Amino acid sequence: MERNQMHRQVSVMRQSLFDQGYLDEQFIQLEELQDDANPNFVEEVVTLYYRDSSRLILSIDQALERNPLDFNKLDTYMHQFKGSSTSIGAKKVKAECTQFREYCKVGNGEGCMRTFQQAKKEYTILKRKLEAYFQQARQSGPSETACRPRN
Amino acid sequence: MSFSAPSMENGFSSPRNESFPAGLRVLVVDDDPTWLKILEKMLKKCSYEVTTCGLAREALKLLRERKDGYDIVISDVNMPDMDGFKLLEHVGLEMDLPVLMMSVDGETSRVMKGVQHGACDYLLKPIRMKELRNIWQHVFRKKIHEIRDIESHDSYDGIQISRNGSELSDDGHMFCGEDLAYVKKRKDFENKHDDIGDHSSTKKHRVVWSVDLHQKFVKAVNQIGFDSKYEVGPKKILDLMNVPWLTRENVASHLQKYRLYLSRLQKENDLKASLGGIKLSDLPSKDPAGSFGLQSSINGNQNDVPNGRYQFSGDNFFAQDVDSKNHEGDLKRVVSETKRTLTADLPDPQDMRTQMSFDHSFGSLDSEVNFAAIPAPYSWSKAPENQFKEEHKPLLQLEDGFSQLPPSGIHNHIQIDDPLQSASSITSGLSMTGREICGPEKIKPLYPQYSSNHMSILSPKESAFDSFPVQSKSQMVKHQSFEPISTAISSMKPQGFNLSCITDFESCQRNLISATDSTFEPFNEDLTVCWLEGDCHSMNFGLPNVEFTDYIDPGFIAEFPIYLCDTLTSDTECPFDPPEYSIVDQGLFLS
Repeated sequence: MERNQMHRQVSVMRQSLFDQGYLDEQFIQLEELQDDANPNFVEEVVTLYYRDSSRLILSIDQALERNPLDFNKLDTYMHQFKGSSTSIGAKKVKAECTQFREYCKVGNGEGCMRTFQQAKKEYTILKRKLEAYFQQARQSGPSETACRPRN
Repeated sequence: MSFSAPSMENGFSSPRNESFPAGLRVLVVDDDPTWLKILEKMLKKCSYEVTTCGLAREALKLLRERKDGYDIVISDVNMPDMDGFKLLEHVGLEMDLPVLMMSVDGETSRVMKGVQHGACDYLLKPIRMKELRNIWQHVFRKKIHEIRDIESHDSYDGIQISRNGSELSDDGHMFCGEDLAYVKKRKDFENKHDDIGDHSSTKKHRVVWSVDLHQKFVKAVNQIGFDSKYEVGPKKILDLMNVPWLTRENVASHLQKYRLYLSRLQKENDLKASLGGIKLSDLPSKDPAGSFGLQSSINGNQNDVPNGRYQFSGDNFFAQDVDSKNHEGDLKRVVSETKRTLTADLPDPQDMRTQMSFDHSFGSLDSEVNFAAIPAPYSWSKAPENQFKEEHKPLLQLEDGFSQLPPSGIHNHIQIDDPLQSASSITSGLSMTGREICGPEKIKPLYPQYSSNHMSILSPKESAFDSFPVQSKSQMVKHQSFEPISTAISSMKPQGFNLSCITDFESCQRNLISATDSTFEPFNEDLTVCWLEGDCHSMNFGLPNVEFTDYIDPGFIAEFPIYLCDTLTSDTECPFDPPEYSIVDQGLFLS
């Protein structure tokens, strides 16, 4: 009974991530790639994403402190960040990246900074949510991964 | 499909022949580790044999080490060490493998660029597994085309092989299998030359462009260039090459790739020049807009085919392992070269104090001409004198030098106002240390391999222009564009550049200039005016036959086998392809 409840909980958590727009289809792709050979594939990928992109975020922060702003460079960074974020299906983060690049195109430094702050926020929120989700999934047992309801 | 496994068995490595497409050997290149992991997993699930790589250079190394080790390459467009398009070109030229590009950016222009550079497909991230399942079709398609090539090759020999569909469909598949197998086998241990004997047999072999062969090719191209300026055609090249078993088709397709390569180099050089060392915005140039334009255009267009006409991929080619240092040297050379060629008017091109010889050029240029934007300081300064003079210094030389030239050519801004300044900025890209470019000889260093061999085509003159490529991306001039010089000149004009000092070019310039306002836009298409909007407009300096219309810098091309451009599709940018190619080639093959 406990187990079922936990499973349900995990399922609900997962579903809400989609419903609330934090994750998109790509995340499901990752889940589908998970198999016996890579039983923790999704978590590994997410961990890799957060580790790799933290460096990128640092670079962007630094770049945003420069004066004048180098929009080309910022755009390049953001392009990378966006590409990375699409890999795990980080929907909201991706949206902020797109917005950021728009601001870059028109040279709106203020807009860039604002958007980036927002992107970082979303990035962190998602991280916490995913961490909680994975932890819950681990606790509730492997069967959870087996029944992935299609979004 | 009768792509029977058994018949393919011999030809392909064992995993492959089991049950194509299972076991397809894929090389994935992406600087994003997350994506690399995901793609690897996806491809493995498709039963492919996956090798991952985080750097483009690394990928090229892998590919070169095992020329026959992979069936298909998937690469991201944006990578830190090398532009994905560049990698694409290299792979196409050296290994002739199907390459798929990937990017999170799906803008039409980018996709177009990918296709222009020879990508078999352009995938948008996030990539679904089902998209990856079907990539084997590109491998198969290529094989079929190869067979067809071989066929035409045979017919060239007098063996008429009907190429109608039925023939292929019936025998095609089997033919495919056999041929592929055959091709593979042959490829393994013989290069083209050895195939001569077998040429007449029904076994078709794939033409492998070895270094030697490529050199012959470049030589031929250069030769033609000199003789009949605008007449570069595969047939001519073929004749000159005098390789009996080679067909016109082989040459034609190779030529096309080469042109792309050169144009890309050119563009890169231009862009780099402009963006790289020189932050154009920083340049005091008179024409802020110009430089910026260049810069932005460079950025934007860096990969645009039209702009990149003159892509002297030279630097790229070699570049594989060439780092900025090389470029510097080259740039310098180029600059000096350009200076020389440009004209006697330019004062002391050798005077490069700043990192970029470019500086000097400007300095000198400045006095001479209002090279407001002549980004070509790099190329200009040095080369102009010699360059234009009809010297045929090995292209390499120029290339080196020019490629080094940072986008300086990029905009008119180039600093005429403050040559040193710009030069320095540019140099950043180029990392040229203000060494003096002694002239054509100097340029060589960039690609030592090439310079000696190939570059005959690009006379210093040309290189001057060429090198002027706009280095868009911050790379500095990597040989890319000889255009710079020409473009520089052209671009300069609008700026008030007084090209009069360059009498030769004057007419060219006028043409160019008239076409453009301040940025040689008009010539964009044809001339890759690096300077101006990042396009490299090849200025025809004094080249009588300057035809600004289609290719890159007629004037510039004068020396250079512009004809190459001509014959090459109008899309190809680099008229100087051949020379570049040779240079590059060396780099490529020599890895």
